[in-house]
Amino acid sequence: MRPNPSRDTAVGLFVLAGIGAIAYLSLQLGGVSLRPDPTIALYATFDEIGGLKTRAPVVISGVRVGEVESIDLAEDYRARVTLSVREGVELPVDSSASIVTSGVLGDRYISLQLGGEDAALEDGEEIEFVESAVILERLIGQFIHNTNIESKE
Amino acid sequence: MRIALLADVGVRSTTFAEEIGRITVFASRLCGAAVRRPLRMRRFVDEVFYLGVLSLVIICVCGLAVGAVLGLQGYNTLERFGATDALGTVVGLSLIRELGPVLTALLTTGRAGSATTAEIGTMVATEQLDGLRMMSIDPLHYVVMPKALAMVFVMPLLSALFIVCGITGGYLVGVYWGVDPGSYITSLETAVTFWDEVVGSLLKSLCFGILVGLIATYRGYFSAPTSQGVSSATTATVVQASVSILIFDYFITALWGV
Amino acid sequence: MPDADNHLQLDRVTMAFGDRPVFENLSCSFPRGEISVILGGSGSGKSTILRLIGGLIHPVSGRILVEGEDITHLHERQMTAVRMKLGMLFQGGALLDSLSVFDNLALPLREHTDADETAIAAAVRDRLDAVGLEDVGALLPNQLSGGMRKRVALARAIMRDPVILLCDEPFSGLDPISTRQIEALLVEINQRRGITIVVVSHHVDSTMRMAGRIMILLPDAVIAGTRDELRHHRDPRVSAFLTADRDNPADLLYPVEQRPGDLR
Repeated sequence: MRPNPSRDTAVGLFVLAGIGAIAYLSLQLGGVSLRPDPTIALYATFDEIGGLKTRAPVVISGVRVGEVESIDLAEDYRARVTLSVREGVELPVDSSASIVTSGVLGDRYISLQLGGEDAALEDGEEIEFVESAVILERLIGQFIHNTNIESKE
Repeated sequence: MRIALLADVGVRSTTFAEEIGRITVFASRLCGAAVRRPLRMRRFVDEVFYLGVLSLVIICVCGLAVGAVLGLQGYNTLERFGATDALGTVVGLSLIRELGPVLTALLTTGRAGSATTAEIGTMVATEQLDGLRMMSIDPLHYVVMPKALAMVFVMPLLSALFIVCGITGGYLVGVYWGVDPGSYITSLETAVTFWDEVVGSLLKSLCFGILVGLIATYRGYFSAPTSQGVSSATTATVVQASVSILIFDYFITALWGV
Repeated sequence: MPDADNHLQLDRVTMAFGDRPVFENLSCSFPRGEISVILGGSGSGKSTILRLIGGLIHPVSGRILVEGEDITHLHERQMTAVRMKLGMLFQGGALLDSLSVFDNLALPLREHTDADETAIAAAVRDRLDAVGLEDVGALLPNQLSGGMRKRVALARAIMRDPVILLCDEPFSGLDPISTRQIEALLVEINQRRGITIVVVSHHVDSTMRMAGRIMILLPDAVIAGTRDELRHHRDPRVSAFLTADRDNPADLLYPVEQRPGDLR
């Protein structure tokens, strides 16, 4: 086979496109980081996390600043969530973290509300103020229960 | 009557077992050929062109179409629960886990697999392979091995391209119907993990590549040296490869947990 | 017994494909430096003899000797050395249809020698000259006429300077002029380069012109001899074979049933 430059170019482009597609799937979607942005780890312990998953976004005022790194069971059987937050984001020590749902039936994510203190949270510190996830079924159950009590009275 | 039936089953099973044995021997000879020099890069690159580049159009178009259909069906169902933001998850996971590897493999079997069988079969029928043997060139090494290797190499690449086109198709349909573009991407990114989803998907398409490469070249190499022999070998490739892909898909999915 | 004068020998070879017998206990030899022709009708097994010599198939029993060496039970790797001495011209040419004529001819040299491209180009030109072709290097085999394809295949068969050339029906599918050309080429190759040639054919005319030794495969016997010996052979079947139906002696010896509607 004589070397065919146009054919070789086509093959090269094809291979590049294929590898590019694999790279997109792995890096962009799969979350593999080649050069991870420097982050700090913060901890928050919740009574209930609902359907929060790892890699869920961590958001301030609607802007993504990090993601959920891991979720573990603490010694008191509450949920210990490790957040990785972009370096440079200054979170006052009295900030709070709440688990919010996007939409009514959407995915859970963590929203951070800034506190007022001057000192900022350092790497490895714990977020004191947390708001657990709202479980819709409990809310409805409560509502029905309350309605029953009201109607009985 | 019953004995004849039983005997028939027995014969068929032994023939089937014999066939499996023969294809295993063939596979090991191919592996041996693959590591023997000369490396045949030129022929390998040519085969990647024939099997990969020439399949690009069909793969991308079908990928786009499948993604669009998924987008449409997904939207219709999710809308009932007000969960259309999760469309990205639905489209992405379906494509990455199953439809990408399987459909790519089936499409490639139809296009490139059958062409491979026909080409090798014709070479058998026109004594080209014997001609190579008489020149002390191993036809397995010169003709067959580059084709099989190219098929294995090309399959994961095509599968990834199919998936990306599919995600795009779903995106276009979703956005058209009012899904927030950001939510589509985010739900996609949260749902897809590298180790579980992406690696599993690529591994699957690699296995399918091996299956199709093996079956297509085997059928061509051992086809009867007549035009009818070649045509029945080509049909056999498409049928057997397709069935094998779907059966293996189950086993790989069950074992990998994808 | 291996014979110095006999370049090729078959010793009591029995051949069958599955349960279809081809021939039994066939013994024959082909002398060095001569053109030998194997004559026979279709199905007589003459092409099979060439494939046995080439090691492409193996006999049920018997021995095959190439230059005195028993090649009967050699496997592919060992046949490589033997095939260095052989060149084979296949019935359809068997050129690789994806390669140009030049690449087809260069292939054996590129694979087995370290010759650089200039040397290879010179060798290709030399062989193409030997078969009376020029300027076809860039063409693909399917762009050639039947006669030209055979000549290119012949050139390929002599690329590695073999000592033995095997030709399977070299005249099949050719018009009379091309037939004469191939015939002349074979004679020239034999005389100029001293190559032993074994031809399988059913073309009696060409055979009688070029063969030094002729072997007729009859259903139950093998009759061999020089041209003159056979011309005056006592066995009536031989003369019937050689003189009667020039193009299809097969009909005489392997009669086909006449069916209503047949032309003859």
